[in-house]
Amino acid sequence: MDKIGVLVTHKPLPYLEQELTRRGCRLFRLWESPESRRLEFCRENSSEIRAIVGNSNFGADAATIDALPKLEIVASFSVGLDKVDLPKCKERGIRVTNTPDVLTDDVADLAIGLTISVMRRIPSADKYARSGAWKKGEYTLTTRFSGKRVGILGLGRIGLAIAKRAEAFDCPISYYSRSEKPHPNYTYYSTPIDLASNCDILVVACALTEETRHIVNRAVIDALGPKGVLINIGRGPHVDEPELVAALVEGRLGGAGLDVFDNEPHVPEELFALDNVVLVPHVASATIETRTAMADLVLGNLEAHFLKKPLLTAVV
Amino acid sequence: MATTTCTTNTPKIEKKPKVLVLQRINAYFEGVLSPHFDLLKADESSLPIPAFLSTHCRHIRALLVMAPIGTFGSSLLDQLPSLGLIACTSAGVNHIDIDACRKRSVAVTNAGEMFTPDAADYTVGLLVDVLRRVVMADRYVRNGSWMLKGDYPLGSKVSGKRVGIVGLGSIGSHVAKRLTAFGCPISYFSRAPKPNYPSYTYFPNVLDLARESDVLILSCALTDETRNIINRDVMIALGKDGVVINVGRGALIDEPELVRCLKEGVIGGAGLDVFVNEPEVPEELTHMENVVLSDHRAVTTPESFKNVLELAIANLDAFFSGKLLLSPVSC
Repeated sequence: MDKIGVLVTHKPLPYLEQELTRRGCRLFRLWESPESRRLEFCRENSSEIRAIVGNSNFGADAATIDALPKLEIVASFSVGLDKVDLPKCKERGIRVTNTPDVLTDDVADLAIGLTISVMRRIPSADKYARSGAWKKGEYTLTTRFSGKRVGILGLGRIGLAIAKRAEAFDCPISYYSRSEKPHPNYTYYSTPIDLASNCDILVVACALTEETRHIVNRAVIDALGPKGVLINIGRGPHVDEPELVAALVEGRLGGAGLDVFDNEPHVPEELFALDNVVLVPHVASATIETRTAMADLVLGNLEAHFLKKPLLTAVV
Repeated sequence: MATTTCTTNTPKIEKKPKVLVLQRINAYFEGVLSPHFDLLKADESSLPIPAFLSTHCRHIRALLVMAPIGTFGSSLLDQLPSLGLIACTSAGVNHIDIDACRKRSVAVTNAGEMFTPDAADYTVGLLVDVLRRVVMADRYVRNGSWMLKGDYPLGSKVSGKRVGIVGLGSIGSHVAKRLTAFGCPISYFSRAPKPNYPSYTYFPNVLDLARESDVLILSCALTDETRNIINRDVMIALGKDGVVINVGRGALIDEPELVRCLKEGVIGGAGLDVFVNEPEVPEELTHMENVVLSDHRAVTTPESFKNVLELAIANLDAFFSGKLLLSPVSC
């Protein structure tokens, strides 16, 4: 990949940066420009940029694609492609790859970890144990996770991995999907509201598209109810965030474990005082093992493209 | 449960069996138990305990022990000459002198498997929270650091980690089932291999188990053999990325040594729900970011308590009607 210009939209894993450089790529670090200057930065370097390495925060929108006439491939450091203008890429003949499968386990692990952490109030327990205020013989009651009904929005790779783990906790599994899937052990519901009405824990595990924006809205939150728990490891815009915050603050929703938000890294401050929420900074794939595997996929796809070989994980 | 046995119009209500309670009993427990038993509560008497026992308890046949605190041994048993059963609502019974009970033919029942699902769930929760840094990441968000400092440092993958379970009893096997679904290969140390679990690898000692594990999970009872079973050698064998999770009893681990090993980087992290001298938590642990600490709440859920009380009632009923106990502790 000698001298190929690669626009990196976000601060990359050091391993990825080293490898791209070692293979001869010329890196253009978009995140180092202030937001208002980014399109300008693209235009200034458009004669060289033939590839974009994007992520879940910044992929390749229409304006960026238009500013890069030599762009051939967008290799996203993510599985979600909601920040890539796929129709535009198709139109321009630009290839698009993502990082499926290698992060499935991490995301599913975190979904279950967040669920237990919310229901058993682990962050509060930790804070209390460190505080010196713990008194002999005192204990705090929290709600059991095992056996609770788990409802999954989207039964793709990640949804299935979550289901498999939750089953080991004797949780009955139900799901909503565009169509019913061949999983006779899992109960299908044809609308998100029906799913929410019939589960104790609702997990968002579908792709973000125009159809799934605000799939968790006021009605779904109400259906989940004051004992229900929402786990979002999808995308912030899956959930109507102001409605979610209001429901949690007012006690109309029992709890939430949130890895993603409407406008990261902004997190609604009203949530900070609540002990029935667990908030993490978009870390569902954030392990050394997985990020390295994701980097290898990005590198593998880029190399395959420039060597005119079949791409590893092409979406477009 | 009191039963009506006669055929006249006026039901004869049999006296409820008396059950002695020496600890303070909370309203919920009392509400569930009092329809079945006449609870004799020591803390409602103005008499000091020895006088209370000698005055009111010579005929007491059953004692209910709730919190696993204090010592219930020879000196108490000598003052309860009619005692036949100590019904505990905890899983652990190391606060009961089992030998002393056996010598006096006093049976002991515990919580059986009623706490098991919660204990297993909490173990998995602690493990994910340690490896994936959930508690610290939550703090990072709440104190505004995500806005100011950018991405949180990477954690470590849970799926596929080699899990070593110390004590493959009820809780250990439930943890194993859960972590198997996370793709974790399971090994264990137990007093003897368990033929029911052929897919788990048996190790005859904890040191060998630690050498071949990334995570050590403590789910065994505290006995003289298991006190300090996790010592420095075991932690060295576990290694610098290794994690210890303890929801058993604090004294399973050499606690000062654990603190040292964490400080020195001999092991990578720990998730601890129990401590040697609760509610004291070693001060140095409270400043560490690679540990998750907890206030002995692994099993305290309404679901567990409801089940445990039902089991205690069933054990007491069985005892008073001369039937087999449901969850006797083997003596």
